[in-house]
Amino acid sequence: MHGYFGAYGLVALLLVVGAVFVTVALTANRLLRPARPTPQKLLTYECGVDPVGGGWAQSYVRYYVFTFLYVVFAVDAVFLFPWATVFAAPGFGVATLVEMFVFLGFLAVGILYAWRKGVLSWA
Amino acid sequence: MTLLEIAARLALVVAAFLLLPLLVGQLEHKAMAHMQARLGPMYAGGFHGWAQLIADGVKFAQKEHVVPAEADRKVFSLAPAVALLPYLVVLVVVPVGPGLVAVDLDIGLFFVLAVMSVSVLGSVMAGWSSGNKYALLGGLRSAAQLMAYELPLVLAASSVAMAAGTLSLSGIVETWSPWWLVWQAPAAVIFFVAGLAELHRPPFDMPVADSEIVLGPYTEYTGLRFALFLLAEYAGIVVLCALTTVLFLGGWRGPFADEELGPVWFLIKLFVLAFVVIWLRVSNPRLRADQLQKLAWQVLVPLSLAQLALTGVVKVVMM
Repeated sequence: MHGYFGAYGLVALLLVVGAVFVTVALTANRLLRPARPTPQKLLTYECGVDPVGGGWAQSYVRYYVFTFLYVVFAVDAVFLFPWATVFAAPGFGVATLVEMFVFLGFLAVGILYAWRKGVLSWA
Repeated sequence: MTLLEIAARLALVVAAFLLLPLLVGQLEHKAMAHMQARLGPMYAGGFHGWAQLIADGVKFAQKEHVVPAEADRKVFSLAPAVALLPYLVVLVVVPVGPGLVAVDLDIGLFFVLAVMSVSVLGSVMAGWSSGNKYALLGGLRSAAQLMAYELPLVLAASSVAMAAGTLSLSGIVETWSPWWLVWQAPAAVIFFVAGLAELHRPPFDMPVADSEIVLGPYTEYTGLRFALFLLAEYAGIVVLCALTTVLFLGGWRGPFADEELGPVWFLIKLFVLAFVVIWLRVSNPRLRADQLQKLAWQVLVPLSLAQLALTGVVKVVMM
């Protein structure tokens, strides 16, 4: 458990421990709990009244445009991290800062464009 | 690292993961009750109902597991684990004292942000697989909330990365200095608010709004799987408060004796933040869907871009 892969090995091991915890808990639960299903019990609960129509009802997703916005900006934001760790290191300085303002400018213009287009207000 | 040490580290992380959410839950029971002029649980365990959550756990473990006939059985059963486990994995990189961290990943901050947002998938899976209109609406709402608030969260976190010049969480705490409380204050508020929204805590509890859509994605859940979702919510509070502490409030750094009392300072800050989470729940009405999106895109995102600019300028000018 040393070095780069060792560290991630420990993380993976913890995930396994977590999965074992959930499995053991649910198995113990299976032994402890009663199981007496009836057709009435297996009916979808919803709000307490018998459901009308199917469960996967059609609905209009109003915020799908936000999803596009999110994808665009999140992909951009990822590039900030490697840059953030070095931008103030010796030899970078003002030029890197100006580059950041160009980058932020692009993001800001993107938001502003969406705003002006009326995408950010609830239609 | 010997085998024993690995086991000890994993055991400590799992213990923290199981214990801290219970403490936050009990704090919520009591603090919320007193804010609403009630007593809260008083009987279980004798002293001020300290064993209430343990009693709840025992009850949940004995409840029947009902999967509606309409539900997508596999996804339905898997969803609680998907919601819960990311928070366990995040805890592994959180430093609680100088050198006291299970794994000090050099990209800790990035890792934390990536893993934390997986948890929301659990709600979306639960909402979709329930075969229930209310649950589906709740699942879609939590997806929408993730979309809106992930961006300010990431931008606020990268502002800290810029200030510290490292992505390692221990490294961030080491470079932290008290004046960050002013310099990074907007980022801290943005991070905390966006984190609350990702956890669906009131006032951002549109996805589980009980008076509109019953309990959103969790409507059809019973017994232990429901309890796992509850545990995920409280583990999420612990993780959010721990990260806010580490990134913005100096983690284990305190007024004196950082070396010896590090974990104590860390826990004090964590529980003060947890109290704020509960306080916000009691004192704020729920935001509407359009208000949620508006707050994220028209306030938090521009503000976090401004914070990035400020951080960059101050950092370069100071060098």
